[in-house]
Amino acid sequence: MIKTINLSKNFNGTTAVDRLTLEINSGEVFGFLGPNGAGKTTTVRMLTSLIAPSAGTAEVAGFRVGEADQQIRRHVGILTEAPGLYERLSAERNLQIYARLYEVPEVDGQVERYLRLLGLWERRKDAAGTFSKGMKQKLSIARALLHEPRVLFLDEPTAGLDPEAAKLVRDFVAELRKQGRTIFLCTHNLDEAERLCDRIAVFNQKLLSVDTPSGLRRQIYGRQIVFHLADSPEPYVSAIASLNYVKKVEAIDNKLLLSLDDPERYNPDLIRQLVSAGANIQFVGELRHSLEDIYLQLVGHV
Amino acid sequence: MYKVQTIILKEWSEVFKNRLVFFSVAFLPLLFIALPVITTLATGDIGAGGPEFEEEFPAADVLCQNLEAAVCVEVYFLNLYGFMFMILPVAIPVTIAAYSIVGEKTTRSLEPLLATPITTTELLAGKALAAIIPAIAATWISFGIFVIAMYFLVSNTAFQYLLDPLWILAIFVVGPLLTLLAVTIAIMISSRVSDPRVAEQISMLIILPIVLGVVGQSVGLLLIDRQFVLLVALVVLIIDVALVYVGIQAFERETILTRWK
Repeated sequence: MIKTINLSKNFNGTTAVDRLTLEINSGEVFGFLGPNGAGKTTTVRMLTSLIAPSAGTAEVAGFRVGEADQQIRRHVGILTEAPGLYERLSAERNLQIYARLYEVPEVDGQVERYLRLLGLWERRKDAAGTFSKGMKQKLSIARALLHEPRVLFLDEPTAGLDPEAAKLVRDFVAELRKQGRTIFLCTHNLDEAERLCDRIAVFNQKLLSVDTPSGLRRQIYGRQIVFHLADSPEPYVSAIASLNYVKKVEAIDNKLLLSLDDPERYNPDLIRQLVSAGANIQFVGELRHSLEDIYLQLVGHV
Repeated sequence: MYKVQTIILKEWSEVFKNRLVFFSVAFLPLLFIALPVITTLATGDIGAGGPEFEEEFPAADVLCQNLEAAVCVEVYFLNLYGFMFMILPVAIPVTIAAYSIVGEKTTRSLEPLLATPITTTELLAGKALAAIIPAIAATWISFGIFVIAMYFLVSNTAFQYLLDPLWILAIFVVGPLLTLLAVTIAIMISSRVSDPRVAEQISMLIILPIVLGVVGQSVGLLLIDRQFVLLVALVVLIIDVALVYVGIQAFERETILTRWK
């Protein structure tokens, strides 16, 4: 649904996006993570035909950026970083304007549908400027969806929202995911990315890594198993390290931390070896690094 | 045309909810109607005219050929007030047009708007017409009221002067051409600045040549006759065509989106 090859953007000699190559499948929720100024918004703007790439190619919803920009704009929806509503106008009027610009056939019906879906129907006659941040964000999401786009770009959809409003927005994105829409989600919220996204790209001017959340963990840390022992783990370290399927062993307090590829296959043997060596095992579990650890590792802040 | 109409109606819904803009659109026409009416009523007895008057206002000398001294004063003032209506087609739309793009920038509504399948020509046409239509309507209506008022307030001979084709040319041809000129310049300025006040202040400079023309005529430095108005119409038409072309070409979505902070 979205495909980029060496997509790049320079502004007066400064590289904002450097040779981005991606392929996002239809119906996928794709997280795009990166620090401030990483080029996320620039990437979204290129993919929505708002700005032209300096080099490389991109295809969105089957249309080539730079060649079929009007078609791309017709088939994508965008939630910009700021809601950008007409604050003096009512919620209904805001949506009617965009429905007409997107050439929606049944303007009033479609506007009503989305106002109701997002719980704004009772406030439809109120000026958008009187809305809370969360309501404005919901109205912006409705605006992005009016023309039933195949691809939806969400730039920081929960930024600046209180936890309740953020949850409402996240729940709605989860609903959209169920509907099978392709969603390109730029966010700083790593928990949100992990909960919503099928795959995540970590980006800082260039693509640092792309995979499923668990795939990213494997890429950075491998799979790590932790054995909690009743006594000191030191006596068992050398014996465990000699096993050919164990990549790395560390003893931390009364824990043994092991890196290995296929714990489902090797854990029973490991347990047997430790027990026969006299270890008193209290718990065994897989160590799950947070997405924040992975993110910070990738963007180089650790 | 559907999208152009949508932009026009959107602009009007927004602009006319802004009291300041509404006041500035309504104030000048009312002032330009009230001023000649009050002056004509108040100066009913200065119609004496004569050599002293013609000496003080040299333009009256040309205007008043074969006219009685009293009628000469009336014609002189009709001419002066009539041309003041040429300020309206420039002053009214500038406030609306100057706000059009920079207003969208400050409210951050420009990006979602540009993300819709609207072409640059449709967007600019909508923005321009939203400023042009009220300006022309206000000019024509207020000039119409002025003409009706003068029918009752000045002599028949002086009133005939207002029926001269010069006024049809000035109000119905030069007026709209000046409006287009002012709006195109104001939108170009609006696309390049970051503050609506700056856009409005710079755009207001467009009124200066018109005001200078009116003042020049009132002090006798300039005589606005049919030939002069025709010449102005031709020059403004040429400038309009060039500016509309340049305006569309110079409206770079990317630059407007990325350079503005």
